[in-house]
Amino acid sequence: MSLLELKDVHAYYGNIHALMGVSLAVEEGEIVALIGANGAGKTTTLRSISGLLHPRSGSVTLEGKEIHHLAPHIVHHQGLGLVPEGRGIFANLTVTENLEMGAYILDDKKQIQDNLENAFTLFPRLKERAQQKGGTLSGGEQQMLATARGLMSNPKILLMDEPSMGLAPVLVDQIFEIIKELNARGTTILLVEQNALMALSIAHRGYVLQTGQIVLTDTGENLKANDMVRKAYLGA
Amino acid sequence: MRNFMGSVNVRQILLPIGQMAIFITGAGAVCSGVMLVLALLFRGSGADHILQATQGVGILTYTLNSLPQVLIDGVTIGFVYAAIALGYTMVYGILQFINFAHSEIFAIGAFCGVESLIALNGLGALAKASAMGSFMYLGLALIIGMAAAGGMAVLVERVAYRPLRSSPTLIALISAIGVSFALQDVIRLAESMTSGQFYRVIPTFGNFDEHITLFQIGSTVIDIQVKSVVVILAAVIMLVALNYLVGSTKVGKAIRAVSQDKHTAALMGINVNAMISLTFLVGGSLGGAAGVLYALKFTRIDPFVGFMPGIKAFAAAVLGGIGNLTGALLGGMVLGMIESFAGAYLGTYTMGTFGAEYKDMVAFLILILVIVFRPNGLLGEQISQKA
Ligand SMILES: Nc1ncnc2c1ncn2[C@@H]1O[C@H](COP(=O)(O)OP(=O)(O)OP(=O)(O)O)[C@@H](O)[C@H]1O
Ligand SMILES: [Mg+2]
Repeated sequence: MSLLELKDVHAYYGNIHALMGVSLAVEEGEIVALIGANGAGKTTTLRSISGLLHPRSGSVTLEGKEIHHLAPHIVHHQGLGLVPEGRGIFANLTVTENLEMGAYILDDKKQIQDNLENAFTLFPRLKERAQQKGGTLSGGEQQMLATARGLMSNPKILLMDEPSMGLAPVLVDQIFEIIKELNARGTTILLVEQNALMALSIAHRGYVLQTGQIVLTDTGENLKANDMVRKAYLGA
Repeated sequence: MRNFMGSVNVRQILLPIGQMAIFITGAGAVCSGVMLVLALLFRGSGADHILQATQGVGILTYTLNSLPQVLIDGVTIGFVYAAIALGYTMVYGILQFINFAHSEIFAIGAFCGVESLIALNGLGALAKASAMGSFMYLGLALIIGMAAAGGMAVLVERVAYRPLRSSPTLIALISAIGVSFALQDVIRLAESMTSGQFYRVIPTFGNFDEHITLFQIGSTVIDIQVKSVVVILAAVIMLVALNYLVGSTKVGKAIRAVSQDKHTAALMGINVNAMISLTFLVGGSLGGAAGVLYALKFTRIDPFVGFMPGIKAFAAAVLGGIGNLTGALLGGMVLGMIESFAGAYLGTYTMGTFGAEYKDMVAFLILILVIVFRPNGLLGEQISQKA
């Protein structure tokens, strides 16, 4: 049984048929990359998993349990963390308060405190900014905050929507290093990226999404070498 | 509400008290200053002569002597407006829409509080009550008023606003206006089926009507009514509690998170609908408490009692910067103060041309002036940061 599995998911925005039978699986301990052009349906796929959008047909299961009919706050309780597209920082909450919101479902004060310290060890920059309002952070700092916040609830799987978007190249490298490290520490990750080269370099496996359909899947290495992928996404 | 009571943050309790002190002093000082300048300018005027003839004092002395009383009245009514304004501003903060039915939520609080006191009076309980006992009965009336108003606010949101949440806010606004009229009729229906009277008077009990002398200037006694002290104290306690709830507790942070970004908040495991209901519950109960306090201060209520305080509190919320809790406090204080000053001096200074009944006009003129120059309200810049 896969940790996360989508089977033949069809999702709509009104009449727009955005996902046309998407199936994919993420095994425990993996980094899986989901790549595709703008408008391919990557964010829509993550929305269908997280409960923000309910698929019209098909199923989404987490550890074998169907979650596609659940409200997003309930899905989160099942062990799903999300670093949303556009980061979704609470602008008027401080960095610490943003992180506390990430741990909203935890009741154990000690656990929350430990996770907070972990987040600050992982991102020392956030510790320096702990009492600053989220909205006043730089883009890179906001991305760190969104990532750290996604981890605050000890999710079984972390979904990340374009963590490298809008970041300077050196920060992009740093974010991918951190994703690798998180994975090495045992976090399973489903990674959506425009930066296909980087994503496939660190991913165990990848899926290519095109206008709402999975057109290709293979290991990260093989996809990087695949002609069609090289033409379409790696600019080669 | 799960374990949100961590270690109590003293700063979060002292901060709003400090703010209130500053707002009261500031609004009072500005109004008093303007009034004294006017008094100096009006020396030798017709108004001055009339006062000399009828009261034997000049306009400056007259103004100076009455100033403390006017300030006390301004603070009292200012707190009532602030408590109502918080309901508008909290709902605006989380849903970006004006809950026009909030004035009727206030009226429901007033009616339920007053009716429970009338019932207690009917049982003879109020007449026999000791001083302590009468405070307890008033406390009970406050709790009943808060529960009824809070419950009604939650119900209104569930029935009339939630189904419209994804529609344009204009649609929800029209629904709110409809609810407002409907609730007025609910009160009238309830009263005609029970007491048969639309005008209800709060029973006289305890020592609420007594005056406590604060100090004396010459022959002028400056005093404060016990009920004004009660209104002020009750409002201060509620405002501090609200500030603590929103600023320092887990649910308070969750409410703020929801008001900034509902989708992301939901992804963090926050039940967005529950937080919105909680906001209506808290805002509604504050409005209900304000209704009972208003009835205590002005004694008589009717089914339309919510309209004027409601529209003024809405104005106060806009004046302070809608969506901003501190702004609602400031706006309420400023509006209450201006209204109290206008009510006290307008008649005397204009030799009766404009009586105290024009005080609302003055208050709203000043509101218009402020928002023309500061469209976001006095503390408005803080909401423009909203994500
Ligand atoms: N709220 C919406 N209403 C209507 N259509 C939408 C909505 N959100 C997305 N779509 C459409 O659904 C399709 C998939 O969008 P989606 O956001 O999933 O793309 P994406 O792969 O994440 O793209 P990007 O790389 O630009 O983020 C697009 O054609 C988009 O126009
Ligand atoms: Mg996207």
